[in-house]
Amino acid sequence: MVWKIFLFIILAFVSIAGISFPIVENPQAWYQFPLIPGLEENAKIIFFHVPTAWLTVIGFLMSTVFSIKYLRKRNLDDDAKSYAAAQLGLMFCILATVTGAVWAKFAWGSYWSWDPRQTSIFALLLIYGAWFALRSSIESEDKRATLSAVYSIIAFVTVPFFVFIMPRIMDGLHPGSADDKFSPSGGPVVNFQMNSSMLLIFFLSLIGFTILYYWMWRLGYKSLLYKEKLNKKLIRG
Amino acid sequence: MKPYALFKKDYHSELRTRYAINSLVMFIIVALSVILFSIGNEKIPQNLTAGLLWVVIFFSAMSGLSRAFVSEEERGTSLILHLIAAPTTIFSGKLLFNLILVFLMNIIITILYSVLFEEFIIRNFLLFFLTFILSNIGLAIASTIIAAIISKAGAKGTLYPVLSFPILLPLILISVMLTSYSMVGTSFADAVIELAVLACYDVIMLTISYMLFDFIWKD
Repeated sequence: MVWKIFLFIILAFVSIAGISFPIVENPQAWYQFPLIPGLEENAKIIFFHVPTAWLTVIGFLMSTVFSIKYLRKRNLDDDAKSYAAAQLGLMFCILATVTGAVWAKFAWGSYWSWDPRQTSIFALLLIYGAWFALRSSIESEDKRATLSAVYSIIAFVTVPFFVFIMPRIMDGLHPGSADDKFSPSGGPVVNFQMNSSMLLIFFLSLIGFTILYYWMWRLGYKSLLYKEKLNKKLIRG
Repeated sequence: MKPYALFKKDYHSELRTRYAINSLVMFIIVALSVILFSIGNEKIPQNLTAGLLWVVIFFSAMSGLSRAFVSEEERGTSLILHLIAAPTTIFSGKLLFNLILVFLMNIIITILYSVLFEEFIIRNFLLFFLTFILSNIGLAIASTIIAAIISKAGAKGTLYPVLSFPILLPLILISVMLTSYSMVGTSFADAVIELAVLACYDVIMLTISYMLFDFIWKD
């Protein structure tokens, strides 16, 4: 119970601070954010957009980890865990795509411009979609668990290409692309120009969203288990 | 049983019906003519030519390569294969067959494409050759392992491109980039990183396929 209150406080603080703290040229007070050239007020999306993209990958990672566990132990509970993680991952993937597209409308002028990052989030959406399509096409439980576990592992090894390699070798508009003149190394935007208060809120937001993800994942997993039990009860009469 | 023996079996049964080869060749012709019809007399920009080449290659691969495992399931011969060979051997044999098929298919596509499209001029031959080889290997590996998954699932035909596309997307994106580089005539040294990424993709896919094929096959 304590951690739920803790989570509430973190997320409330992040939402208020992320939206209302002013962006100024030379930050003096602790609640002022520095001005990042090329981003300006648009920079504030980092507190909400980046965590969703992060959770997309985390959801994928968890789904793959439980897939590997399933292939080792053949325990259907692991398959349910993997399924719950992927469901949440898909939800956050859609959120990241939509928030990114809305942000791009204001920062770049159009909702979609096939920037490498947009391509990669789109590819993640496709992977999730394909994964759920594969699951729905197989009736036998064990077979479905095995094949979707295998596919999730194969898909997972392509994720580094989308998330880490493509945005760094292709030119793009997203902060941190290969030709970003504000970060010559082509690294993430976090490495530069964020002051300590911005970093603090950014990491608090990441932590808060991750805990939220964990909570939702546990609820999803439990509801899957109850569904299973109810099904068995109904069949047995 | 050696992978080569399995390849020979596939080769002979393919020659008997010529199902895969005939449908592949027809598919290539259909796809190319659709593109030609839609272009008409327009002059298309160079980088679009590189992209269209990969559209043809991707969909041709999707139409022909799923046969490798689906045919075994349809004929009901997969149980016999279970008895006489280890999973690794079977995967190697099927991979060999698909590799030859992919190379054959892409050689036909590239020749037809360069005849039919005047804008398709390769200026850096070595770069294009390396791209061609590396991406064909990657295409064959990824489509073989997805074909294995598909053969065990329902709705085999429609699911194949859906499952393959996200897996093949890094390969296709990099290959499109490299093809347009070689058309522009970029020097070899400037494209080394992209070639390395392509080689990485091949190695990763090969490793993961051999690791996971046991689980699909023993199901």
